[in-house]
Amino acid sequence: MIQFDKFELDNGLKVIVHQDTSTPMAVVNVLYNVGAKDEDPHKTGFAHLFEHLMFGGSINIPIYDEPLQRAGGENNAYTTNDLTNYYCQIPAENIETAFWLESDRMLSLAFSEKSLEVQRKVVCEEFKEHYINKPYGDAWHKMRTLAYTNHPYRWMTIGASLEHVEQAKMQDVKDFFFKFYRPNNAILVVTGNVTTEQVKQLAEKWFGPIASGDAYERNLPMEPVQQKSRFQDVRADVPLDMLMMTWHMGGRLDENYHATDLMTDVIGGGATSRLYEQLIKVKQIFSSIDCYHFGTIDPGLVVIEGKLVKGITMSVAEKAVLDEIELIKNTMMPTHEVQKVINKTESLICFEDMSIMNRAHSLAYYELLGDADLMNQELEKYQKITPELIQQTAQQIFQDTNRNTLYYYSKS
Amino acid sequence: MALDRHKAPVIKDAIDFDIKLKPYQHFVLDNQVEVYTYEGGAEPVMLMDMVFFAGNSYEDKNWVAAATNFLLKNGTTKKNAFEINEAFEFYGAHLSRNCYNETATIALHCLTKYFKEVIPVVSELISEANFPEKELQIYQQNLIQRLSLNLKKSDFIANRFIDEYLFGIDHPYGKYAMQEDYKNVTLADLTAFYDTYYKHGKCIIFMAGKFPSDMQELLNKHIGQLPLNKKVIADVTHPIVSAAQKQYSVVNDASSVQGSIRIARHFPNRHHPDFAPTQVLNNIFGGFFGSRLMRNIREDKGYTYGIHSYIQNHVQQCAWMISTDAGKDVCKPTIEEVYKEMKILREELVSEDELKLVKNYVLGGLLGDLDGPFQIIARWKSYILNDLTDAYFYNTIDVVKSIQPEQLKTLAEQYLKPEDFYELVVY
Repeated sequence: MIQFDKFELDNGLKVIVHQDTSTPMAVVNVLYNVGAKDEDPHKTGFAHLFEHLMFGGSINIPIYDEPLQRAGGENNAYTTNDLTNYYCQIPAENIETAFWLESDRMLSLAFSEKSLEVQRKVVCEEFKEHYINKPYGDAWHKMRTLAYTNHPYRWMTIGASLEHVEQAKMQDVKDFFFKFYRPNNAILVVTGNVTTEQVKQLAEKWFGPIASGDAYERNLPMEPVQQKSRFQDVRADVPLDMLMMTWHMGGRLDENYHATDLMTDVIGGGATSRLYEQLIKVKQIFSSIDCYHFGTIDPGLVVIEGKLVKGITMSVAEKAVLDEIELIKNTMMPTHEVQKVINKTESLICFEDMSIMNRAHSLAYYELLGDADLMNQELEKYQKITPELIQQTAQQIFQDTNRNTLYYYSKS
Repeated sequence: MALDRHKAPVIKDAIDFDIKLKPYQHFVLDNQVEVYTYEGGAEPVMLMDMVFFAGNSYEDKNWVAAATNFLLKNGTTKKNAFEINEAFEFYGAHLSRNCYNETATIALHCLTKYFKEVIPVVSELISEANFPEKELQIYQQNLIQRLSLNLKKSDFIANRFIDEYLFGIDHPYGKYAMQEDYKNVTLADLTAFYDTYYKHGKCIIFMAGKFPSDMQELLNKHIGQLPLNKKVIADVTHPIVSAAQKQYSVVNDASSVQGSIRIARHFPNRHHPDFAPTQVLNNIFGGFFGSRLMRNIREDKGYTYGIHSYIQNHVQQCAWMISTDAGKDVCKPTIEEVYKEMKILREELVSEDELKLVKNYVLGGLLGDLDGPFQIIARWKSYILNDLTDAYFYNTIDVVKSIQPEQLKTLAEQYLKPEDFYELVVY
């Protein structure tokens, strides 16, 4: 059970405080309610590029990192399709430094041309390192455009193409900032050796004077229900054939979310999962195979992806996976198999909650979903899942018309 | 009073922090296996990390140590691989293994309430593993496939080659496995290695987290009665055979859009008096986000997504490594800039201001690194396995607090000479 206090500033900034006196450290986490899904389809990759620019100096502070490092702190950030999250860990005694830095870059960036020019290049190198100069690096790009026809999840956070990143202009940067990086579109979480009183005072002092912006009305195009199975062939210079399949699933607040999560774990999460045991060990059709899901806020995808053992044909591999799926749909799984994945999840949650950093991330994320206290209700929701619920969920998701398949062939 | 946002809030310098490494508890099992523990944390979880002297330094044939470490979880006289995995996973426990140069580990992460359920299975793995033929064959097949994939990646190739140049292909730090090595390993190799280095091997245990009240009894019952620590493991030494040639350019994939750059030199181990002060110099050079390499090559020129320097974590002999992946057309200027930064460190004194920032950063980071029971025991484990005590910890802090620009320049003159470095680009 993670205890916390919650309050809101007049400008709409939500603030959450979780005190832990056993640590000398504190974490200051600022989540902005903007992700790659909020991008213009012609200017993709922008939320992530923007994350880089947030380190290029703010209106009153030329360099973000230096004063933080001087105060013994460390920081990082990440961008997903749903959100952008910035966090720093710092000795609790120096926490005001983090408030000063984070509030100034919420107030306004410096909008330096040099920073934009350099970070465009850095992001292009990141793009190359992870998505071009890597075997199968384009697989997700292809799968997303196959599975999503309308919803902005059809592009990756890094962007749909290098060109979009290369063409980013200063005016785009400014528009983006003042649209999304406003206090009323953000959640501030402070965890560690702090008191609520102290955080209240610091938040009022540093974030209080920042003007709120227009409320952002998110109005994203919905993905229509898929009517027909879709397929795509890819041939590339990779050593092994790969099979990748996805099926549309519900969003993060869907009533079947927890059942879907446990279902993917039963199917392909680790060494006792069905795909691992049957297709890697017993039948030796795949050399690696996993089943997982996006966990995105809007409706996501259940994924099965695996690399084929040399000599096995794609159709044999595909049939083997579909056979396992039929089994999940048509046969009630034993209770102990569900108990196993519930126990795994309990363990995972406990290990995750060990650090004040993870607690800060989770509190911010669940608050974004609607209520930070959802964090404390997760385990209970998992414990209620039954074999029947998993079977129903499997029957709903694993329909052939709901499937997207990428056959990724080795040229050699 | 108006808020002055130009002015940084007052900070307490991390060099004024009184940083303490909390002590471990220690006990010895009936079979003389030493156990180091640190109890703490709010969550009901724990870690048991068993260290065996079973690293690749002890193998006669390539890949035997790693394969033994991996496959000891894939079959015992009582259970097959699935049943073993199930025995852990049903309780949400996770058993990982890792093979290094001197040591190999078996680490259990579990909920405190289920420790008693899973500890017997750990015991079974280190006393009754039986290496089924089929498990070895599947593992070989899958690793050969994975290798063919990794050999497409320039960073994978670069990491292998640079170690080979530094230490030689026959040294534990320099060697790597190829397809034939995987194929050549037999069940007899695994069984023999297991028998000597696990079943009758030398073991040290590190534990952290929340413990059940009968933790010591459980350990003694399940681990303390095994035939461990009976024989002295003979010391092994391997001569370092460094490459004569210093510069390399390898084309692995002609269509590659980036090059993986590695620049490295030999460096002494932790017992050398230069080790601690050089860590400070390394931080200034390329050891963190605000380092000179990062500021120059990423933040000023945009040649790369990241560039780092670090001192390798070896027991016997280390290396100082600079590592980055850069755009194909800017690999050459990237390398030139690395040498330029070395030159500046050799010729100019680091400013007091920059040094103070790095000192604060290092000490603040240390405070964060020691936050939590797993982190504290990991620090102790590293000291104990390197024959160090907490004196090393406090000495390192003193060095960081007191080091002066002149000393850093002297170190740079000694260790940052381009002619001492191996240089490699893999495209």
